[in-house]
Amino acid sequence: MTRYSAWSVFKNGLTGQRGWERAWRDPEPKAHYDVVIVGGGLHGLATAYYLAKNHGVRNVAVLEKGWLGGGNGGRNTTIVRSNYFMPGNRDFYEHSLTLWENLSHELNYNVMFSQRAHISLLHSPGARDAAARRYNTMRLTGSDGELWDLARLKREVPHLNYAPDARFPIIGAAVQPRAGTARHDAVAWGYARAADQLGVDILQNCEVTGVRRDGGRVTALETSRGEVRADKVGFAVAGNTSRLWQMADLGGLPIESHKLQAFVSEPLKPLLDQVVVFGVGGAHFYISQSDKGGMVFGGDIDWYKSYAQRGNLPIVQDTAEAATSILPCLGRVRLLRHWSGVMDMSMDGSPFICKTPLSNLYLNAGWNYGGFKASPGSGWYFADLIANDRPDDTIAHFTLNRFERGVIIDERGAGPDPKLHG
Amino acid sequence: MLRINCPFCGERDHSEFTYGGDASIRYPALDAPAEVWHDAVFLRDNVRGLQRETWHHVSGCRQWLVVERDTLTHEIVSVTAAHPGVAAALEGEQ
Ligand SMILES: Cc1cc2nc3c(=O)[nH]c(=O)nc-3n(C[C@H](O)[C@H](O)[C@H](O)COP(=O)(O)OP(=O)(O)OC[C@H]3O[C@@H](n4cnc5c(N)ncnc54)[C@H](O)[C@@H]3O)c2cc1C
Ligand SMILES: [Zn+2]
Repeated sequence: MTRYSAWSVFKNGLTGQRGWERAWRDPEPKAHYDVVIVGGGLHGLATAYYLAKNHGVRNVAVLEKGWLGGGNGGRNTTIVRSNYFMPGNRDFYEHSLTLWENLSHELNYNVMFSQRAHISLLHSPGARDAAARRYNTMRLTGSDGELWDLARLKREVPHLNYAPDARFPIIGAAVQPRAGTARHDAVAWGYARAADQLGVDILQNCEVTGVRRDGGRVTALETSRGEVRADKVGFAVAGNTSRLWQMADLGGLPIESHKLQAFVSEPLKPLLDQVVVFGVGGAHFYISQSDKGGMVFGGDIDWYKSYAQRGNLPIVQDTAEAATSILPCLGRVRLLRHWSGVMDMSMDGSPFICKTPLSNLYLNAGWNYGGFKASPGSGWYFADLIANDRPDDTIAHFTLNRFERGVIIDERGAGPDPKLHG
Repeated sequence: MLRINCPFCGERDHSEFTYGGDASIRYPALDAPAEVWHDAVFLRDNVRGLQRETWHHVSGCRQWLVVERDTLTHEIVSVTAAHPGVAAALEGEQ
């Protein structure tokens, strides 16, 4: 496998770009693996990579029903941040952000991670006090956070709607400078290539259609490419978790499938070099500009349960309203594309990285619409859980039975209603 | 765009409604064991296909409705009033 370097780019530039090798193999499924990960999204691929890299488990397969990153991995608005408040969330996302900071080097693949700051606009003194509490807690526990007054915000992001008669007048911002964006496809390809290099079999067009059990264990997976036996199995299938869970005959889950839409505009000259979020009271909107110039943005989920990977018009209208109320200069910009992804919305808005009622089945699920930033950390700890059969302290609370035990992790304080958790 | 055929108001855009959630959930008696409450409040079958769910016609007649909808295709098969007495009365009218 060629290592990518400035030299290899230069050499191939001079020789007609004909010297590149394929980035990962396309093997036939083996009859048996030590670990099989279902789901070739970012979480599944990262898990396979860290299993091989950190734990020396190399007889690993990732089964993906479509193509790599064709699920939410390639559909999200690419925001990476660690400005969480709840103990448990905070340290997990901070570890993930630390992994992002070195990911391109680690994978020898440019994931275009750009730490351009995440700016949450504040619209009321109450919101500012809450942000001060959250961001001070982040600073006390080893992350970064700042509060900007209006003068500073106007200097940094001049073209927001600062009019006093705006629908939600802006009074300042809470900022995490180390946060930013990354190129989501590159993250999938980078993890796939690095995992493949360590011997992991990445099997695309391989849909899991059945789960074979022998009492309290999984013995094999039925797939569209034949039966695959495994000593250990991990599910990382984003919005399809309940379906896999039912194939394993395990009943209900604290999860509902909902869809979220995202939008990209025609490319513009540089306009916004941060991630801006507008979202206290009545609206929810986030926007950044991609390196190609497109304005990438999104808002709320569609409010009702759905497995359809397509969205509905009322949210298009809501999002467009939010966009023009905060950045009126976007009013005449054309929308290039718009799409949606199906997500696991959990009952408290927090994820599951945990063991299951079956002794060799592990679950990675419930990322709501914030799992992109989590990808490296999620893969790191899920691999550790599978390899060592016990959770690290950092993820010990991401269990399925936290509701029974009354230790929910409800970052938003929205209660057991999945559609309300972002 | 979903259109919901409200039995009181006729066919309307779903933006007039708010979504209530899974209508198959039956809340247990107040003194039921904690596990039973846990299952009702937190666990979902999360059906991919036909599900019964509640919608509130909040910008219309303000009635709660039970809608039978396919969560994969968004096809709506039936809409009835959520209150069994009201549903029965409407049924009798027809
Ligand atoms: C529109 C949108 C915007 C978002 N924006 C952000 C954001 O800005 N920041 C952020 O942090 N998060 C964001 N998210 C959330 C984030 O994208 C997800 O939480 C995360 O991608 C989920 O993990 P994943 O990448 O592994 O999932 P996926 O990429 O969805 O991977 C799961 C894979 O499992 C496969 N699969 C399913 N069933 C089977 C089966 N039976 N057999 C084999 N394979 C199967 C699917 O094909 C899929 O490829 C957003 C999500 C959406 C939809
Ligand atoms: Zn009505």
